[in-house]
Amino acid sequence: MSKNNNDFVTIYVMGKKQKVPADLTIMKAMEYAGHQFIRGSGCRGGFCGACATVYRMRGSYKLQGALACQKQVEEGMIIAQIPFSPSEKITYKLNEIKANANTFLEYFPEIARCLSCNTCTKACPQDIMVMDYVQAALRGDIKLAAKLSFDCLGCGLCAMRCPAEIVPYNIGQLARRLESKYIEGPTEQVLSRCEEIKEGKYDKEIESLKNADKETLIKLYNSREMKNE
Amino acid sequence: MRLAYYPGCTLKTTAKSFDISTLESSKTLGIDLIEPERWNCCGTVHALSKDDVMHHLAPIRNLLRIEEMKKTGIVEESKVITVCAMCYNTLKRANLVFNSDSDKVKKINENMENESSVYNGSVQVEHLLETIKHQGWDNLRNKVKIPLKDLKVAPYYGCLLLRPRGLGIDNADKPSIMEDMIRALGAEPIDFAYKQKCCGSYHTVFMKERVADLSYKILNQAKIAGAEIIVTACPLCEFNLSHRQTEIIKNRSEFKEFPVIYFTQLIALALGLKEDSMVFGENKTDPRPLFKYKGFLKEI
Repeated sequence: MSKNNNDFVTIYVMGKKQKVPADLTIMKAMEYAGHQFIRGSGCRGGFCGACATVYRMRGSYKLQGALACQKQVEEGMIIAQIPFSPSEKITYKLNEIKANANTFLEYFPEIARCLSCNTCTKACPQDIMVMDYVQAALRGDIKLAAKLSFDCLGCGLCAMRCPAEIVPYNIGQLARRLESKYIEGPTEQVLSRCEEIKEGKYDKEIESLKNADKETLIKLYNSREMKNE
Repeated sequence: MRLAYYPGCTLKTTAKSFDISTLESSKTLGIDLIEPERWNCCGTVHALSKDDVMHHLAPIRNLLRIEEMKKTGIVEESKVITVCAMCYNTLKRANLVFNSDSDKVKKINENMENESSVYNGSVQVEHLLETIKHQGWDNLRNKVKIPLKDLKVAPYYGCLLLRPRGLGIDNADKPSIMEDMIRALGAEPIDFAYKQKCCGSYHTVFMKERVADLSYKILNQAKIAGAEIIVTACPLCEFNLSHRQTEIIKNRSEFKEFPVIYFTQLIALALGLKEDSMVFGENKTDPRPLFKYKGFLKEI
């Protein structure tokens, strides 16, 4: 925590002026200012995409996007939290659809309205080339669409900014699903693990976990094997 | 007399005297002007402006990618080759706007602020037919393995390859570039009245019958002129001329399926490439029976 006044910045949380320590993220700064997150907060590690935030710097007309748990506060930041992106959830049966451009157009016909304005890319807090993956999907390059959208968390900022009312993250998700099912195919590891599960290799272990008491579970959790990155 | 009255925003701001005197004198004349409860800008700024910047962002972004390819040495020339008539037209049009309207350049660049470089306008947009022409027709002729002897080919230009003037790849009234190509391949170009007529374009989505009618005229004229096949450089023309044959046949029992292919497929055939380089199986109207009959393709 900051020690002297110089380490504080002034931010505006939904219009209200707040003085907060300069080294906090938007999320922690809002909590410091007394806000409690009930929705719009998840993993706090930049992975879940629940804490989409829009902000503007004083004197600039530009609306910018960020994840509240990742972005550090800056002097003059005007912040609003977007806890939820209300887009339509389209359902499709992965086993019945084909890995081609027409599938995208059938379920998400609005993508044909893309003007390549790139507003989605500008909005993305993950620095994903959103417009490029929508365009790739439009021309049936599913592999590229899946690759470009890989880091998408589904925070929804792209969808909120798109003037053509496209929901890009839905496109990226469909691309990745099609890619893993039809193009990259299920990997050997997945197939062999499925086989092991079917053969009941893990049944005993699961049963013993189910019957374990809380203390044993805590002990097991704390001593679990961790893969080093 | 009660009449609806649309004042417009200027009459409510800097021309209040215009608004008030209008209302008052009209009232005296027995005309009761009634302003709508809801109204918005008449749209003049947008309707009269030539601001089509948004339309050009996509093509200019692509031209920027080409410039980057040149910068990084992936290609030798700042030039892009395309075959689709629509892409050609769009890219070339945007390039022309970019290079002739400095106001727009500024606006376009402002809208592409997050690109790592700025487009310089250096890219030359070229259609593959032009590239082959620049190589010289003899160069093409010398590479032909299977001269398409006695094949009567109607070149169908459609609209976007030739128009508007200054953009097209050839004389809009009297084009000859596809004819020259056909000749170089050893085939006979067939001139026909409808070679520059529009195929109906995207009306094919909602007005199938109308487009079938246009397609029939084009196909029939080519047939009457003696053509055995049509070549085109536009995917939408190819689609309309071949897929709308389903409707044509439904309405005209005497009409027989007529093959329509891309000019590059004809080139591939004459160059003696493998069948999977010609991809005739993808065409709605299969040209293989004709080519087998002519002896250009082997009977399987």
